[in-house]
Amino acid sequence: MTSDTALPLLRVTGLRKHFGRDEIIRGIDLDVAPGDRIAILGASGSGKSTLLRCLNFMERPTAGRIVLGGKVIGTERSGHDGKIEVSYSESELTRVRQRVGMVFQQFNLFPHMTALGNVMEGLRTVKGMARDAAAAKAQGQLARVGLEDKADVYPSRLSGGQKQRVAIARALAMEPELLLFDEPTSALDPELVGEVLRTIRTLAEEGRTMLLVTHEVGFAYHFANRVLFIADGVIHEQGSPDEVLKHPQQARTQAFLARHNEFQF
Amino acid sequence: MNHNWNFDAVWANPEALLAGAAGTLRIFTICLVLGLSLGLLVGLGRYSVRQWIYLPASAFVEFFRNTPVLVQILWFYFALPMLVPFEISPLMAAALGISLNSAAFSGEIFRGGIQSLERSQWEGAQALGMTDAQAMRRIILPQAIKRMLPALTNRAIEIFKMSTLASAVAYVELLQQGKLIASINYNPIEAYTVIALIFFAFLYPLVQATYVLERKLRQGD
Repeated sequence: MTSDTALPLLRVTGLRKHFGRDEIIRGIDLDVAPGDRIAILGASGSGKSTLLRCLNFMERPTAGRIVLGGKVIGTERSGHDGKIEVSYSESELTRVRQRVGMVFQQFNLFPHMTALGNVMEGLRTVKGMARDAAAAKAQGQLARVGLEDKADVYPSRLSGGQKQRVAIARALAMEPELLLFDEPTSALDPELVGEVLRTIRTLAEEGRTMLLVTHEVGFAYHFANRVLFIADGVIHEQGSPDEVLKHPQQARTQAFLARHNEFQF
Repeated sequence: MNHNWNFDAVWANPEALLAGAAGTLRIFTICLVLGLSLGLLVGLGRYSVRQWIYLPASAFVEFFRNTPVLVQILWFYFALPMLVPFEISPLMAAALGISLNSAAFSGEIFRGGIQSLERSQWEGAQALGMTDAQAMRRIILPQAIKRMLPALTNRAIEIFKMSTLASAVAYVELLQQGKLIASINYNPIEAYTVIALIFFAFLYPLVQATYVLERKLRQGD
């Protein structure tokens, strides 16, 4: 449960993101407490993925402030027109990304490396670990996602579900404080979705702090302690899974859920 | 026309052919290493968002792509020594011309190869906390080089063939020796036939070897 007194791990205030003239995120405030499991739902184009991608700076926010572990990210200074401009150094962003891991919709595995090589890569190149230590740790992470026997296999020989589990192991190996999942099952064949969701659920049971953008409403209900419904680049409705998914107050949330439950019986 | 083929004069002096082969291999190796490594730098430069890197790299590519190598070699051999206070040997002039020209062409191969990689590979690397330089070295370049291998192979073969242009400044390589043999013995048919066959004997296995390498590199896909 989120308590109001817990220091947020991540605090987002006034977040905005433009792509050219299009304003995709139009002012989002969000606190993430340690242990939070937040499911982010919304229609295509609502800005939910962009919100997630701003949190590890895959996208640079146009405006707003992101505070991680009590420290403001970026260097703020007043621009000509009194607006606050923020600049980010590469070394700062690489440090942030080590603390905020990400799992992508399309896995983004490195095809020229084996499963083990993929999981070892961050440990070796970013953390500078010795080969043996990195290999041992990576092997342990593969075991956690049930793929210890696939260590020497290249991504092209893995199923979509296995690829995504390798990608999860790769992110976990860096020991992030916060893990972002960007529609982790959207690129999978329906019969492969379950194995990935089960892996994510195990992480939830370990008390990891996670943000999950998803279309799997049923999974969101069981996974999350908080649900955000995003529409037109703002948080349209938020609350417990019960509040947002079973008893939505806003018409757009109701319409969205009705569409997603259309063929359920 | 009825020519009596007689290769005796060509084989009479094997040292001449060996010296030529050694010279060809020497200039090929120098130009391959210089041309490709300089080409990589130029290619990265053409990929840069910084204008002070991008503009000189682009100017270099355009200049050396759009002037003939033979003109460059002759310029380095005859014109450059009049402008600088040191001697230019035939090897230096030929190696400069061929290397710089190859750098311009292979630079475009490197740039294209790097650009062909999906954004998602950059993001996968960045999400782990890699710097752009680390991502380039560990994730992007290894995959790009695999894709570029056919084009780089062609470049290597071109460099090997271009080495014959060094004969224009009397550098001792295979063609230069062939010319010498032909003019001493009045046997251009045999002399140039042998030279052509020696080139084929070098290049054919080289091409086959790169096919094998390509297959091995593809095992991960």
